[in-house]
Amino acid sequence: MKADRQCTPHGIHIHADDVLAVCTLLHRHADMYFDMLSCITGIDNGVAAGTMEVAYNLYSIPYHHQLMLKVTLPYSQLRIASVTAVWKTADWHERELFDMFGIDITGHPDLRRILMPADWEGHPLRKDYQQQEYYRNIKVKY
Amino acid sequence: MPTDRIQYQYNDNNFALSEPGKFNEAALQGSEVIINLGPQHPSTHGVLRLEVLMDGEIIKEVVPHIGYLHRCFEKHAESLPYNQVIPFVDRLDYVAAMNNEHAYAMGVERMLGISHLIPKRVEYTRVLVAELNRIASHFIAIGTYGMDIGAFTPFFWIMRDREHILRLLEWASGARLLYNYMWIGGLFYDLPVGFEERCAQFITYIKPKLVEIEKLLIENKIFVERTANVGVLPLDLAINCGVTGPVLRGSGLRFDLRKVDAYSVYPELDFDIPIGEGKMGTVGDCWDRTYVRMQEIHESVKIIEQCLTQLTGNHQRTRDFDPQALVPKKIRPQAQDFYIRAEIPKGELGFFFRADGKSDVPFRCKCRSCSFVNLSVLPEISKGVLLADLIATLGSIDIVLGEVDR
Repeated sequence: MKADRQCTPHGIHIHADDVLAVCTLLHRHADMYFDMLSCITGIDNGVAAGTMEVAYNLYSIPYHHQLMLKVTLPYSQLRIASVTAVWKTADWHERELFDMFGIDITGHPDLRRILMPADWEGHPLRKDYQQQEYYRNIKVKY
Repeated sequence: MPTDRIQYQYNDNNFALSEPGKFNEAALQGSEVIINLGPQHPSTHGVLRLEVLMDGEIIKEVVPHIGYLHRCFEKHAESLPYNQVIPFVDRLDYVAAMNNEHAYAMGVERMLGISHLIPKRVEYTRVLVAELNRIASHFIAIGTYGMDIGAFTPFFWIMRDREHILRLLEWASGARLLYNYMWIGGLFYDLPVGFEERCAQFITYIKPKLVEIEKLLIENKIFVERTANVGVLPLDLAINCGVTGPVLRGSGLRFDLRKVDAYSVYPELDFDIPIGEGKMGTVGDCWDRTYVRMQEIHESVKIIEQCLTQLTGNHQRTRDFDPQALVPKKIRPQAQDFYIRAEIPKGELGFFFRADGKSDVPFRCKCRSCSFVNLSVLPEISKGVLLADLIATLGSIDIVLGEVDR
């Protein structure tokens, strides 16, 4: 675990295997009590870096604390545990993460594409994304 | 074209070609049936498709299918300089574009470290137009909600009053809905000469109209019967599902980012945060959410009055005032991750930026949209109700599909 002061709100880097444990602790612990998950963001660092990042923005309503959790995933292991058991709002955020970046969310109750059609090829927010030429005989590029 | 020509030939296969649903017709049991609502249906407020599994008349499960209005905002933002993203931001929640711009411009200004330099007149003008837009957005929410559940007249009355706001904003910015008025570091133009006076006239005009609408719709017995105790969202579920805005406040939590984060000039303004109190039924029902919106309009009117006092008093227009004076020629924030959030009429609009410090375009710009999150609570609160109550619940959440799908 490593603190990151380059970001606003301040954040911590954690290992991908610890996501669920850390989130459960942050949510349950009486001194932290991060009861609201504001946002989950996926970031593709590009093919040269070979990593993706997932950032969780947490907020504690009673304490007025904000925190950013960051997880780095190598291209070879795009897998992260679902936090839907902690915050229900993570459901759709994680589906979007899967849809846009192709990150596998383990333990997600209903992992389907959310914004793109179910038979769309590729994950659009990856930096090396190439759109398909035809979708159901409709030309995609105009 | 000859009129007798068949333009659409029904084909059993067409259904199989459409977007797959979650439920399988072959696996239905007993009196279960699948009802498909939308994506072209007026009560879904746009292109939202709801797949509803019903047991007789009772809803067992609702599955929203979204993405029909997906315009790749985040992908576009990755290829445009920060200032050129603003027109795209307008198109997120297109009935409250000023509020979106305010959130976005504020975020980039804070990343650049110039937010404390913005002149007070610019800030008050931003809050003024944003609150005008908030009223317009709540008007749409209340008016269309009335129409969803069968009250037609309030919609026309509300649209008539909303038109005045749109004309004011058109006068200021040149556009009726998608303004591109707030720039990073300032405004496109100062307010036109005479705007403050006309705005004050509008406030005088709107106050009795609000009372009228309240009597006509909000306190109407039919409306109360139709919405009280329907779609009850308990507070703990609301927080766990991440809902914000009037939906969260309707569930009884006094939580408004204008107060909590105290951004812009909101700490200098005096206004209250209305919450749902369960006056007509249970706390967090559809009536409470609509009631909160109605009360928020009154609060916005209060804010506008105070802004007008400032804009004609301490911070009145001067001949040499240039609202673009601080607009940076080159927008290149230092390398950082930044999350900004602001209260737009529907809840918390957040932007996550990653700047790499080497280019003028955001490396990543994620939009956390409130309609998207608020809609995700719908399956939770519409189990075991009638289909008609699902429409009432959906309308009370007040989604804008442009923001759900981005």
